[in-house]
Amino acid sequence: MPKEKFEDALNKLEKIVSKLEEGDIPLEESLKLFEEGIRLSRFCNQKLDEAEKKVEILLKGKDGTLKAYPFDPSMNSGLGQDSEPDSEDE
Amino acid sequence: MKLPFRYVLTVSELTREIRDILEDRFPDIWVEGEISNLRIPPSGHIYFTLKDDLSQIRAVLFKTQARTLRFIPEDGIHIICRGRVSLYEKRGDYQLILESIEPKGIGALQLAFLQLKERLEKEGLFDPAHKRPIPTVPRRIGIVTSPTGSVIQDMLNILNRRFENLHILLFPVRVQGEGASLEICEAIGYFNKFADVDVIIVGRGGGSLEDLWVFNEEAVARMIYHSKIPIISAVGHETDYTIADFVADLRAPTPSAAAELVVRDKREMKNILHYLGGRLENEMVQVLKEYRIHLSHLIKIFKEPKRKTEDYFLRLDDLISRLRFLARWGLRRKRETAVHLNEGLVFRNPIQKLKNTRLFVSEKRKHLEKRIAYFLEIERQGVGVVVGKLDSLSPLAILRRGYSITRKLPSWEILRDAAHVREGDKVEVKLHQGTLLCGIEKTERS
Repeated sequence: MPKEKFEDALNKLEKIVSKLEEGDIPLEESLKLFEEGIRLSRFCNQKLDEAEKKVEILLKGKDGTLKAYPFDPSMNSGLGQDSEPDSEDE
Repeated sequence: MKLPFRYVLTVSELTREIRDILEDRFPDIWVEGEISNLRIPPSGHIYFTLKDDLSQIRAVLFKTQARTLRFIPEDGIHIICRGRVSLYEKRGDYQLILESIEPKGIGALQLAFLQLKERLEKEGLFDPAHKRPIPTVPRRIGIVTSPTGSVIQDMLNILNRRFENLHILLFPVRVQGEGASLEICEAIGYFNKFADVDVIIVGRGGGSLEDLWVFNEEAVARMIYHSKIPIISAVGHETDYTIADFVADLRAPTPSAAAELVVRDKREMKNILHYLGGRLENEMVQVLKEYRIHLSHLIKIFKEPKRKTEDYFLRLDDLISRLRFLARWGLRRKRETAVHLNEGLVFRNPIQKLKNTRLFVSEKRKHLEKRIAYFLEIERQGVGVVVGKLDSLSPLAILRRGYSITRKLPSWEILRDAAHVREGDKVEVKLHQGTLLCGIEKTERS
């Protein structure tokens, strides 16, 4: 089963809220919708929080394979690339 | 040279003379005209006729010179050339031997851009149906650009500001010059094969057409097209359009704009979720309230069932007597009246209808009894159980502990900051039990 996507979950949640607002739904179904809504809300919040904060740069080691190293752009560490002066963009 | 009387030249001598005159007179000239009859034999030399409205002249661009061409010569293109005039003795043709050709009125690079764009567009590389959607919350973002300079710094700053927890992977590349094309292709290939990022940003800062040229290269365009991971192109300034921009799944006008496009502001999204959660809870509370009212109505009926069913029987009896009266006094005359009789009773089969009505009444009562039993069951267990179930899932539990939810009116925005309201504003305070409508007297920042 494909992973649930944030965008889909958010859309579902909005639909559930609309549906409950419309009213005219039997109690059991309202409860089911509410439960699903809570689950979706939790899922979305989790998705927002789950990524790990990391900024890395890929560099070729001596054996030619690429490895990720922590990257700090303020350090002009002369990473073996031509340092063309990039034009400032607006 | 004045020829002696009746000195007879050979054809070669004459041709040679003419050739010398031509080469002396036109050793280095600029000519403009239109290409026609273009042909490029396997040798690689480019032969064509340069013409205008009235005249034409043969021309050739030899392979060595042709190698530096940036655009593809085609019939119909107007060019400006530099070269010399000579004569091909074997055929007696005079011709232009060209050093260089440039498209007239447009740069060679620009023409090359247009030619490639047309070709790739025909192939379908820019087809909107092929473009992949950019994920809303990417966890890992791949960036292909120069590791030095302000572009990457700006992008990282913007990304960090909008969304504090992101995993960003930079594949450093040259963004112009020899080898840049290869490096960019390698980067995109790497991300697709090994790095499992959710989206890739490819780009560089502003520059001339020459500077940005790598993003007009066919190899890069094809790599972008075939990438399974969605790609955002971020090249130059807003007015710069490169082939990469047309092929990419999304074009950002600048690298900074790409950082804004690739991810939504996290706080904004959290707010939306919070707001939806609030509405969800509120609606559920409303639904429960309505069922309570519905329930109490039903209980009233249940408490006095005799009365209700007695009503039904009275009405039935009334119907029967009126029907009997009608039957005695003839159908035809009183038909209209009959139609007006209660509940649109069809006169044709009154007895059956009566039977049906009786059945209808008892069914209705059974149904009522069932529903009442169900709701009474709920009531017996206490709505508190239902709430308890919700409670384990919902923020209602927080309210029970004494916290309240304050919403600004009329926008209904949930308040967390006293600075968002002023003296005189109205707010709704939702307590564990009930809500209050309050006016703001004074605000204080904590």
